[in-house]
Amino acid sequence: MSGTWTAVLVASVGCYLLKLAGLSVPASWVEQPWVARVVDFVPAALLAALVVVQGLTSGDDIVVDGRLAGLAVAALALALRAPFIVVLLLAGAAGAGVHVLTG
Amino acid sequence: MQPDRAETLRDAVGLGLAVGLYGVAFGAAADAAGLDVWQALVLSAVMFTGASQFALIGVLGAGGSPLAAVGSALLLGTRNTVYGVRLVPLLRPRGPLRRAGTAHWVIDETTALSLAAPDRALAGLAFLAGGATLYLTWNATTVVGALGAAALGGTARAALDAVVPAAFLALLWPRLGRAFPEPAVQRRVALGGAVVALALTPFVPPGVQVVAAVVAVALAGRPRRAVAS
Repeated sequence: MSGTWTAVLVASVGCYLLKLAGLSVPASWVEQPWVARVVDFVPAALLAALVVVQGLTSGDDIVVDGRLAGLAVAALALALRAPFIVVLLLAGAAGAGVHVLTG
Repeated sequence: MQPDRAETLRDAVGLGLAVGLYGVAFGAAADAAGLDVWQALVLSAVMFTGASQFALIGVLGAGGSPLAAVGSALLLGTRNTVYGVRLVPLLRPRGPLRRAGTAHWVIDETTALSLAAPDRALAGLAFLAGGATLYLTWNATTVVGALGAAALGGTARAALDAVVPAAFLALLWPRLGRAFPEPAVQRRVALGGAVVALALTPFVPPGVQVVAAVVAVALAGRPRRAVAS
């Protein structure tokens, strides 16, 4: 089995078990201060890391291209409270625009 | 139908449809990351928790190892464990089968809908109606996005490359606003995570910098004493 399939299946089952655990274990196990910190703040760290890795890197290199223009446009649209789908369409248009202009 | 019931149902189905459409972006991003349509569909059907799904394909798409990809998906999935604890008194799933079925739909949206419902019966309705709508829409649009993206040419592919980081930014954005607890700490943690990931990029295997970014929580997210006590 390929590494991708292994990752897909293991992570899918793992994420399901995390959900099931919440419905199955005593609340006191989960309602610890450190668990609350992890749940409150880990998503911000991981999502921000994914923004820069997806937007600015290619393999081991830091690369500036249309993706950065897309991110800038998306940030502006989010600040103006544009709906999700509009944000994505504008980012895509910016990326395509840079691709066409730079060849 | 009582007005409360109708309103709960309308809210749940409306949210399910609106968020479910976003599966198009997931399907397209999965294709861009090199997954086939079946792998994208298994993620939407079995994992069924958006941020973890995006994280898994984000790390794989960046050339990361399966281990780093699974790690980032599971870290984001811990949210749902806490949601489950909050939902037990509202939904009271009885028996192992009901519990196993309910667990599958414990995500951000169904939790928010259930907690917002005016009473326990309506919380159950909101969970089921929102969960079913979102599940069906999300899986259908995942397939549409994956098949659609596979047919794209050069310029459209560049557009898709720009959509993926923007999608992560859109997932992150609401966490930095006032609706979330301690937005100032959230912003510090996010900035720290971005800096750590970027700084490690030239030195670690792809994907590892994403998981390593959680150290930002320890650095920037330390609870203030008044909060911790």
